[in-house]
Amino acid sequence: MNKQKIVLLSVVSLLLLFVFAAIAYKTKQSQEAAFLAKKHEELFIRDHSTVIGNSDAEVTIVEFLDPACETCRAFYPFIKDIMAQHDGKIKHVIRYAPFHPNSDYVVKLLEATKKQGKYTQTLEALFQYQSQWASHHSPNLQVVWQIMSHVGLDIEQLKKDFNDPKLDQLIQQELADAKKLNVKKTPQYFVNGKILQTFGQKQLQELIESEL
Amino acid sequence: MNATDNRSSRDWNIIFIAWLVALIATLGSLFLSEVMEYPPCTFCWYQRIFMYPLVVIFLVGLFPLSRDLFKYSITFVVLGWLVALYHNLLQYGIISEDMAPCTQGIPCSTKYIDILGFITIPMLSFIAFSIILALLLSFYKGKTHE
Repeated sequence: MNKQKIVLLSVVSLLLLFVFAAIAYKTKQSQEAAFLAKKHEELFIRDHSTVIGNSDAEVTIVEFLDPACETCRAFYPFIKDIMAQHDGKIKHVIRYAPFHPNSDYVVKLLEATKKQGKYTQTLEALFQYQSQWASHHSPNLQVVWQIMSHVGLDIEQLKKDFNDPKLDQLIQQELADAKKLNVKKTPQYFVNGKILQTFGQKQLQELIESEL
Repeated sequence: MNATDNRSSRDWNIIFIAWLVALIATLGSLFLSEVMEYPPCTFCWYQRIFMYPLVVIFLVGLFPLSRDLFKYSITFVVLGWLVALYHNLLQYGIISEDMAPCTQGIPCSTKYIDILGFITIPMLSFIAFSIILALLLSFYKGKTHE
């Protein structure tokens, strides 16, 4: 065998090994997610979890998001759309993976707005003005508070609700579940316990439609 | 004539193995970040910067075997080796973490993988750089004996 062939063979076999290992790893990961979905349903939906849409819907989209994450913002209207297209058949469970600096603070605030019944408006406002408060190098919490009053929340009440130690427990629970479910990036989607394998709107749409 | 051929073939094999090590290290690190989705910390990026070009440099130098390979690759290897050494000292706690300029919530002292209690990702990187360094030195020695 000449030298060129040896080198070519090495490249090809190592690349094939890479691809096969990647497929094997991803398959194992989705099998594990499926196993957890069956045996540990509580990892996907906690009692405190926000459920948007019909709670008896046949398709459950569990999303781990971070209010500061741009892709989460970009996907939010897409999920809203697809839910509107299949009225009552899809529910959207919102979980958190607050990986950005100060995101845990913002998540706690967001959760505290539930007491005033303005959760969805607040989440949407946080996404809408994301570029103004969630700069990666200097997350600006003052702007977040401005958004809160813009939404029409009672700020004094919110400050009180925000200090509830239960919210700290909630964050810990979310992070622990995210870790168990191997969520390392946001947004991460599970549709009826099936993990979104390759990331993209088209792939997510296909996964949702396969469950309908 | 025969002796030169033998030496040339030996040198080619040395660079070929160094290239293989660099290629495996490159694919391995890409597997960890792209497939297993472990975010690389700052030091990992510096080691990648010095490792990835070696795949190309060695490959180009293999056809035909270039005598100048040592000159072109040694700086990458030594710098990568030093960063890997520093990263290991950090990870084993010999140097304190305060000295590491890490950002974005991925401290360089985080151990993602720990096989048999001592094989970590920076250790694998250090082993790879050490093998390549040893091979290159041996290549250089062979060259000077001509």
